[in-house]
Amino acid sequence: MSTAEELLSEESRMIQSEKAATILYVDGVSVTFDGFRALNNLSFYVEPGELRAIIGPNGAGKTTMMDIITGKTRPDSGDVLFKSEVDLTKLDEADIANLGIGRKFQKPTVFESHTVFDNLLLACSGGRGVFQALFHRLGNREKQRIEETLATIRLGDARETLAANLSHGQKQWLEIGMLLMQEPQLLLVDEPVAGMTDSETEQTAILLREIAKTRSVVVVEHDMEFVRDLDCKVTVLHEGSVLAEGRLDSVQKDPRVIEVYLGR
Amino acid sequence: MRQDFSPPAPGRMPHHSFRRFFLPLFAIMVLMLVALAPQQASAFSDEQLRQNAEQLNAKSSTKKLDVIEKMAADGDPRVAAILEAMLDGDLYASKADDKVVIGKKQGKVWQHIDVVSGAVTGESGSADLDKIRINNRLRGALRDALATLNLFSPDLAIRRAAVETVMDTRDPAMAPLLQRAIERESNPDLLARMELAKATMALAAGETSQERLDAIDILASQTTPQIRAVLLQFVNAAEAENYDPKVVAAAKDAVASVESRLKMWQTGGDVYRGISLGSVLLLAAVGLAITFGVMGVINMAHGEMIMIGAYTTYAVQQAFLVFWPAGIGWSLAVAVPVAFLVSGGVGVVVERLIIRFLYGRPLETLLATWGLSLFLQQAIRSIFGASNRQVVAPDFMSGAIEFSTGLVLTYNRLWIILFSLIVVGGIAAVLRYTAFGLQMRAVTQNRRMAGSVGIRTGYVDALTFGLGSGIAGIAGVALSQIDNVSPNLGQGYIIDSFMVVVFGGVGNLWGTVLGAFSLGIVNKFLEPVAGAVLAKIFVLVALILFIQKRPKGLFALKGRAVEA
Amino acid sequence: MTDYRQKYKMTPVLGWLLQDRGGMILLGILLAGSILIPIGNLMFPEGSAFHVPTWVLGLLGKYLCYALLALSVDLIWGFCGILSLGHGAFFALGGYAMGMYLMRQIGDRGVYGDPVLPDFMVFLNWKELPWYWYGFDHFSFAILMAMLVPGVLAFVFGFLAFRSRVTGVYLSIITQAMTYALLLAFFRNDMGFGGNNGLTDFKDILGFDLQSDQTRCVLVVASALMLAICYLVSRGITQSRLGKVLIAIRDAESRVRFTGYRVEYYKLFVFTVSAVMAGIAGALYVPQIGIINPGEFAPAASIEVVIWVAVGGRGTLYGAVLGAFIVNYAKTFFTGVMPDFWLFFLGGLFIAVTLFLPKGVIGAIPAFGAANGGPGAPGNWRDRLASWRANQGGKA
Repeated sequence: MSTAEELLSEESRMIQSEKAATILYVDGVSVTFDGFRALNNLSFYVEPGELRAIIGPNGAGKTTMMDIITGKTRPDSGDVLFKSEVDLTKLDEADIANLGIGRKFQKPTVFESHTVFDNLLLACSGGRGVFQALFHRLGNREKQRIEETLATIRLGDARETLAANLSHGQKQWLEIGMLLMQEPQLLLVDEPVAGMTDSETEQTAILLREIAKTRSVVVVEHDMEFVRDLDCKVTVLHEGSVLAEGRLDSVQKDPRVIEVYLGR
Repeated sequence: MRQDFSPPAPGRMPHHSFRRFFLPLFAIMVLMLVALAPQQASAFSDEQLRQNAEQLNAKSSTKKLDVIEKMAADGDPRVAAILEAMLDGDLYASKADDKVVIGKKQGKVWQHIDVVSGAVTGESGSADLDKIRINNRLRGALRDALATLNLFSPDLAIRRAAVETVMDTRDPAMAPLLQRAIERESNPDLLARMELAKATMALAAGETSQERLDAIDILASQTTPQIRAVLLQFVNAAEAENYDPKVVAAAKDAVASVESRLKMWQTGGDVYRGISLGSVLLLAAVGLAITFGVMGVINMAHGEMIMIGAYTTYAVQQAFLVFWPAGIGWSLAVAVPVAFLVSGGVGVVVERLIIRFLYGRPLETLLATWGLSLFLQQAIRSIFGASNRQVVAPDFMSGAIEFSTGLVLTYNRLWIILFSLIVVGGIAAVLRYTAFGLQMRAVTQNRRMAGSVGIRTGYVDALTFGLGSGIAGIAGVALSQIDNVSPNLGQGYIIDSFMVVVFGGVGNLWGTVLGAFSLGIVNKFLEPVAGAVLAKIFVLVALILFIQKRPKGLFALKGRAVEA
Repeated sequence: MTDYRQKYKMTPVLGWLLQDRGGMILLGILLAGSILIPIGNLMFPEGSAFHVPTWVLGLLGKYLCYALLALSVDLIWGFCGILSLGHGAFFALGGYAMGMYLMRQIGDRGVYGDPVLPDFMVFLNWKELPWYWYGFDHFSFAILMAMLVPGVLAFVFGFLAFRSRVTGVYLSIITQAMTYALLLAFFRNDMGFGGNNGLTDFKDILGFDLQSDQTRCVLVVASALMLAICYLVSRGITQSRLGKVLIAIRDAESRVRFTGYRVEYYKLFVFTVSAVMAGIAGALYVPQIGIINPGEFAPAASIEVVIWVAVGGRGTLYGAVLGAFIVNYAKTFFTGVMPDFWLFFLGGLFIAVTLFLPKGVIGAIPAFGAANGGPGAPGNWRDRLASWRANQGGKA
């Protein structure tokens, strides 16, 4: 059960009136690991239905940012609000996932000992309780949804294949498929095309654009061609805070961005 | 447990009450008699000594008793030899001239030794000598007399022991002698001790409140369990016999003040014992801190590496006994590098044969090394037998520093504390300043990168594991001094070692040091309260709870690097 | 693999039973044994070719209890990746609960003839029964406690450990610390469980003489049936969606969290179920062996259980049963014939299985090999060596 109502604080009500439309609102977030400042007063927001790319050099804090949004890491300071009202810094991974935030890891992470079908079944939205799982029966609606997703991620023929035996690209797609099964409102995708062939990369871009029609998607990526394919607003992170934001063309002309990427 | 002497219950006569009351009387009578003669200093003249010695041959034992008292009260050093001979049954009256001599058997004849000069004056068969008979009463008197006479012995150690005897018995009859001993004593330490003994006697024998108060005053500044007992005894007596309330109050204050200082010493002792236990834990765990902390390898056979080190010590000592018995004192010094090489060598072999196939699979490493530990235990049992082996302690490690407050610091424990710190310091230096340490850290942090800059990662792995095992071997040398060298030696340390490493935080040498010492100290502080077994259980439970709170230990590394 | 559910549209229960070839064989053997062993022991006279001697009954009973313990370890290790090095503690607690009942059954037939107090309490000069011994004169209460006590301990321990995400070797180490602490505690006379000597000299159970062949037969059959029931329960758990979640946790714990499952609850559930099974195994073990003492809490004993599972093949359930029988038969054999060799064998077994048979004996049989092995554990040792060589190549 969501505890969203209880978490609605006075402060977030005010923010709600200002930024009524945001699905993800990150404000002044800082976090330090053993003296190393991974995030430094990071602020940005994502609107519902938006597709956003986040780029930045190694160590810019991209993955840490994702860790904080999904509850893996707690920030030292700052606010992270989902749909302008739920304080994500107080919840853990499972709560946040059940609120409707899905996350894809940098390294494709699927359940290797399970078939593709079972992978999607496990991700299928619905009861997450221990006893619900113990006495769960596969329903027709679930089956139908799984089939639909299998078609979307083009793994229909690999239904009964163990995930361990999929190719790298197929695993990436399976993971995206699992995220879709969770029916998230916000998708965080970490380097989805790492290790993919060119055509796979193109198709992934198409897939993500398709997904972004019905939900918000944040993509962290290094590959500039892929980001260009996504054709969306870009946020550049550097040393734990936002360096520039805008269309890719304008961002690429920003002298500070050029210095960070090419200088030194 | 050491039993402090307890105060006699009020109203019950101590069994030697006879002497308590009558001996002073005799002593006074004798002194009055002797006082007629000019008493210069305290030593008898030769003639007086001889006369007194002749009187030891008196018929009645009461008479003999008188003489013993008289002689003892003087404090002439020569008296001791005579009384000792009498006690041993070596004092005779020669039948020929009725002189009292000390008889000493030489082959078939007895030599006659003059009581005054100590020279041999003749010899005879046993038929010519009459033994001077003593009974139990005399024996007791002789022993007391001898104890007191020791106060005047030229040997400092004997005098010291005599003062302690006086302090323990607190026989008021000895007061005058003690006073005389104080006048003659030149050693300031011993003098202070004698004054203290006098005060304890004065407390028991004191008549006026002022005397008692003075005695209490002196005693209150002391910090020994013995004085506490003396004061407590006095408080009991004082309350039973309605002494001056001021005296009772002062005595109670004194008890409290002695008590509070003893508590502090007790605490200090607990800390010391905790540090001592901590140093043992540290020695056992520090090798593990390398294999587990640096390499991530769960080595359940770590305890057996320690055990092999202990057996190496035994083997080295056996070799010394065969080839160079005189140099046995050096055996430990030799055993340290040898044990390092033996255990380290076993470690390298184990790494090459087993561990290297299991990197990245810690649970399987755990099982395989557990199997290895069973294997090594049985191997040692087959070679050396199941019973304990005796490892000799060198001279510099036996003995102890004892404080009057009851704290005892044994040398072997002190050496182990020192040794553990040296070992940790050495490891820290190796990791920090040597090329091997640098390579080791490089491989730990990024194996692939280290490989590509030309570090032979396989060798570094093997040597790192060898280093961890070798240090366990060194620990075995130290532990052979305080534990039984048996095939099960290692088993006793493995869980504790893991606890220390996990508690301190994996991958952090200083965490291990702090973990070892804090676990040791906590354990020793709990022991007096809960008993040794419960203390251990508490520590284990506390650790389990602690790991829930800080799953990565006291000094965990945070951030992304660790998660991989 | 064929999915029978889809092919034959069977009910899930029958489906997962039919798919499970190893399980069917195991259940068949257990059932046949339950019928034939009592017949062999009671109906055929000594000397007959079909006679089952009483000492074999004792051995079989012991092995069956160990098999159940191994099954409980496989349920958490093979399917959820929780390597408990303290499962012997749950086994021993179940055993003590049963032992307390058997102790009360002695009544005034003890050496000191006290109608209420067990002998060791009279010896320690205790005047009355400690409160925690109340109720143990009832069989049903003792059985309940044999399950409840290990279950509650596992629940509390697991709640603390899983909530704060203690995993992997850290968890293994603290489970070991747990059983070690219990070992020390049960050695104490003050605990009221017979200290060093434990509980022994039992006379009868539910009024039946423990020494009689009939009683022994019933106990062996009860152990076999309980093993069968627990096997079915475990199989049911692992085949349900919950079981899939467990395997997913074993393979990619954080993915499961980010998918919205509360990993700690799942682990807690299966850990507690497993502990209860271990407790039942202990309760069946004690009347057949005739003694329970703190030695059962020794960390070494718990680690040995893990090797049974590893030898048989983890993640298969029936493999754990097979492993328990193989290793314990070897133990009986070696300790009888050449006791010095036993530790060499056991130690070597630990090493050999982890290096060369990561999927155990079951994994080495092609027909069963495919089961539920984890990732990164390729089929046989040749594959393993090959993949290791490939890794080395990558490194250099």
